[in-house]
Amino acid sequence: MTKQSMSKVEAHLARRYAREKRFRFYGLLSVFVGFAFLVVLFTSIISKGYTAFQQTYIQLDVTYDADILGLYDNPTESDWLYANYDGLIKAALRERFPEVTSRSEKRELYKLVSSGAKFSVRDSLDNNEELLGTTATLWVLADDDLDSVLKGHIDRTLPEADRRVKDQHLVWIDSLVENGEVEKRFNTVFFTHSASAEPEQAGVWGAIKGSFFTLIVTLVLSFPVGVAAAVYLEEFAPQNRWTDLIEVNINNLAAVPSIVFGLLGLAVFLNFMGLPRSAPLVGGLVLTLMTLPTIIISSRAALKAVPPSIREAALGMGASRMQTIFHHVLPLAMPGMLTGTIIGMAQALGESAPLLMIGMVAFVAEVPQGITDPATVLPVQIFQWADLPERGFVERTSAAIMVLLAFLIAMNAFAVYLRKRFERRW
Amino acid sequence: MQASTLFVTIVILSVFGYYFGYKRAHDVAKPVGGVKSLHSLPSYYGSWTALWCAIPALLVLAVWTMFQGAIIDGLLMQNLPAEFAHMGADERSMVVNNVKTLAEGGMVISPSEGVKAAAEDYKRYSSISALAMAALALSAGLAFLAVAWRRIRPELRARNRVEKIILFLLVSCASLAILTTVGIVFSVLFESVQFFNRVSIFEFMFGTHWSPQIAIRADQVGASGAFGAVPLFVGTMLISVIALLVAVPTGLMSAIYLSEYADKRFRSMAKPTLEILAGVPTVVYGFFAALTVGPFLRDMGVVFGLDVSAQSALAAGLVMGVMIIPFVSSLSDDVISAVPQSLRDGSYGLGATRSETIKQVVLPAALPGIVGGVLLAASRAIGETMIVVMAAGLTARLTANPLEDVTTVTAQIVTLLVGDQEFDSPKTLAAFALGLMLFVTTLILNVVALRVVRKYREQYD
Repeated sequence: MTKQSMSKVEAHLARRYAREKRFRFYGLLSVFVGFAFLVVLFTSIISKGYTAFQQTYIQLDVTYDADILGLYDNPTESDWLYANYDGLIKAALRERFPEVTSRSEKRELYKLVSSGAKFSVRDSLDNNEELLGTTATLWVLADDDLDSVLKGHIDRTLPEADRRVKDQHLVWIDSLVENGEVEKRFNTVFFTHSASAEPEQAGVWGAIKGSFFTLIVTLVLSFPVGVAAAVYLEEFAPQNRWTDLIEVNINNLAAVPSIVFGLLGLAVFLNFMGLPRSAPLVGGLVLTLMTLPTIIISSRAALKAVPPSIREAALGMGASRMQTIFHHVLPLAMPGMLTGTIIGMAQALGESAPLLMIGMVAFVAEVPQGITDPATVLPVQIFQWADLPERGFVERTSAAIMVLLAFLIAMNAFAVYLRKRFERRW
Repeated sequence: MQASTLFVTIVILSVFGYYFGYKRAHDVAKPVGGVKSLHSLPSYYGSWTALWCAIPALLVLAVWTMFQGAIIDGLLMQNLPAEFAHMGADERSMVVNNVKTLAEGGMVISPSEGVKAAAEDYKRYSSISALAMAALALSAGLAFLAVAWRRIRPELRARNRVEKIILFLLVSCASLAILTTVGIVFSVLFESVQFFNRVSIFEFMFGTHWSPQIAIRADQVGASGAFGAVPLFVGTMLISVIALLVAVPTGLMSAIYLSEYADKRFRSMAKPTLEILAGVPTVVYGFFAALTVGPFLRDMGVVFGLDVSAQSALAAGLVMGVMIIPFVSSLSDDVISAVPQSLRDGSYGLGATRSETIKQVVLPAALPGIVGGVLLAASRAIGETMIVVMAAGLTARLTANPLEDVTTVTAQIVTLLVGDQEFDSPKTLAAFALGLMLFVTTLILNVVALRVVRKYREQYD
């Protein structure tokens, strides 16, 4: 070969190697694009939401004035229940800020305290007549605007008109902070209360319970049915058109958009069968239909993994096919089936679109007590809060997302543990 | 008696059935030489009796609960007091609703005497129905239990019979998949046909103006051009295309890197990490797209002097694309790993570099599988709901500009069906027509994709 063509080949080779390197780099880059997005997603949610785990409380010296409460001699149970506890808080605020005199200013002043604060005053008094006339120092729930100011979510440099919190409020808040009369505490309200129109009184407990009931219904229905279907298809089904039809259907249902299941639920369960709207029962039914393909597919894989020698040994000992499967194959396949079921449940827990169709978006302020009570679920609660403009709801939405992700991580970790602990390689 | 208590009672009854059957098997075996002269184990005789008790009783329970609502409503409608006789069907059903609320202890604003009387009727019907259901279910259970119990003999093939019943149960569980599909088809088709009776199908498929809100006013007819779904189809396509433009190159390239280049340790760490993206609930992506990506893109637009809507198609598409990256990558990973090593070795033997082998041998061999995967990803993108509901707009705009806000089929279904609704308005029915379109489109995509993937797999087996 001449020197000239050698150098040509070498130059070409260098270009080919460069191309090789570039290609490899693009591959690595796209893996890292995925990683980077994951990191951005999690940081953005955690940085937006971690403040929601704390809530501001205001210290007030509340005098249990019977006149303000409207309680006279021998108050009855309902007198106590409907007494004017709000009045006590207002009086305490006026006392704390004696310089506030005009009506409109007073009205602004009352906004510092949450409208839910009266319940803690009521609880502190606890229908106890002897406390009337005494003064107690109470920590009551602050309004979400005050909370946002203290957490630095409100930009003080903005002109007053563009700000949610007025200058006057800032003055009062600063004076409270100076005297140590506000305090941030762990936000128990968030974990014990249900949905509310006021951010500081809103919590995820109702949604968690709704999710729990919905998932229980889903689990109770989808696990036995899914396992039964998988056993039939894997162990008994003859090769015929009916079996083919079933398989095609299962594969298709696994890819049908979830919202279509919601339409089915609306048309069949609500309008045709007349089941109650917004109930975990119906939500569970819809999610069952949705997760069944996942469970069937993974259960079949688990059954397939059990070696035929087990079946042959059992059949050789005189067991019937049914006994072989239920006594020997199924127990061995169970860990794999459970893993698949948990993953299916995790999917169901994160699902919201079909539940919107069956009315689980209703504003539910009460914690559901059973599977026929109106309820909402965690993802739908997130969807609802995401629409609300208050800064307090933005952080609570992110915090609710963190709660949801924590449940999902726990479920998946449990599935991984099950697989690692019980899976047998043959 | 409530359905749930009745259910528990039936279960308890069948447990007793098991015990009686088991006992009886022992008893009938005693004179002829003990348990070993029975055809099956005693527990099978017990199970057989229990099943014969439970199945008829549960059937009665299921059928009764399914139809009692409709029958009671019918009775109530017929026996409504004379003051409601002149009303139309709609008003009468309103009255019936009031009656029910009153009967269940709810609040009804100033109920008339007739409504109160009807509420009493309703209470009576309900209690009669519940009582009759309990009586019928329990007596059916008991009767069949007794018959089964009497028929127990040593030569009864109890095991075979029990196994037959179990097999039947297994078949019915498996057939539920077919029932679900049939249910979906019928529920969307039935409502869609009603919709197309009011709005012509051509108007819906080819009309370019979508504003269903107008059509609920009484003085307007549904077919006034408000139900042209073309802007929705275009919006769906636009967002899906953006999503696929993000997901397909990234997913494919990461699958190639992970299966061809990465060492075992990196692979075992990277794969599950990418899978997390698929496990994050869509509502979280929606929140992220609406509150972080959307405003970010708008600010970027300001920097570059572009007018970007806060709810741009781009934001929804980008985030949706990221969501389906693991979907594309795991499907392509499967098909790339399925390409036989001999093909690669042949290519290396001819002096090709790795990337040349991948581009010229592996990818062409894996192409049908990758195409199938992309089709499945497209069907995912089209059916995705929460991201578009939260991050894309609601304005039906006929545009191909990704910086403007568009709306999609799924987003419109949600807006039309969430909240209070009367069931017969074209507005609600339109959602089902959209659902039908969605179902048919994704069904075609899925069937084609599954066929392509399956056909390809057979090639190298």
